[in-house]
Amino acid sequence: MKFLRFILIVILLFPYSNINAEEADKRNKITKNLRCLICQGQSVYDSDSEFANSLKIVVDKKLQEGLSEDQIYEYFKIKYGEWILYDPGLNKNTYILWLLPLLIFLIGGAIIYKRFIVKK
Amino acid sequence: MKNKILPFLVIIIFGVIFFIFYKGLEDSKIYTPAVNTKKEIPVFNTKEFFSGENVKSSNIFELDKIYLLNIWSSWCVPCRQEHLFLMNLNLDNKINIIGMNYKDNLKNAENFLKELGNPYKEIFIDLDGTLAIEWGAYGVPESFLIHNNEIIKKYIGPLNQELVDEINLFIK
Repeated sequence: MKFLRFILIVILLFPYSNINAEEADKRNKITKNLRCLICQGQSVYDSDSEFANSLKIVVDKKLQEGLSEDQIYEYFKIKYGEWILYDPGLNKNTYILWLLPLLIFLIGGAIIYKRFIVKK
Repeated sequence: MKNKILPFLVIIIFGVIFFIFYKGLEDSKIYTPAVNTKKEIPVFNTKEFFSGENVKSSNIFELDKIYLLNIWSSWCVPCRQEHLFLMNLNLDNKINIIGMNYKDNLKNAENFLKELGNPYKEIFIDLDGTLAIEWGAYGVPESFLIHNNEIIKKYIGPLNQELVDEINLFIK
């Protein structure tokens, strides 16, 4: 009987641990994409500053409130500006950042095409 | 003809790149969030510093009044230098200074106020630092000038005479 009860408890607890692991993964993923403003150059995940530790608590709270990853990024963007995100979106300040590699790739491709393929 | 233009072009392009990078060296690499953006103050519940009773943000900040929210802590060294300016600001009685005690030991915080004086009209506590994030702050000390439930200006770092003069201009 004792053994049966033990099995029952394990089965009942199993799904909860699964949820927690998923939430921790998500928390880690989000904090890795947030820049620590105190020790600049480190992510919030890596940092152990007062600010980063509080930020981790806030991310946990927001996840428990049921906010999605993008909503959490949006929340911090409003509070601290675009800079806090390691993965900036496309806007008027970042379009060079996003389009320059593409432009260089196209120009390079054009040169190669003209030099080596058309000549043959 | 083509061979003569090419070296010039290369030199000019490298010159431009060098100039841009050289100019870039002068820029500060330390990022600070924008300080002049108008924002609504956050809504929050917390505890009062002396009594430990629950307080709502709507009971602290009234419309039509100017507030200075100051985030401070007894372990923060620049807060000590800043405290004198807060005491002076409070002398005129034209502005309500609200304190937010950040991640502090309450006993140490009380001693801090006993030693240096209490310029705050009200103090509430932020034990885990999450309230400060709600305000968009990232360290101590930081101060917010508030009018009509809107943040007019944010001061990152300790206040000094220059900034106090600026605040006095706002109050007039």
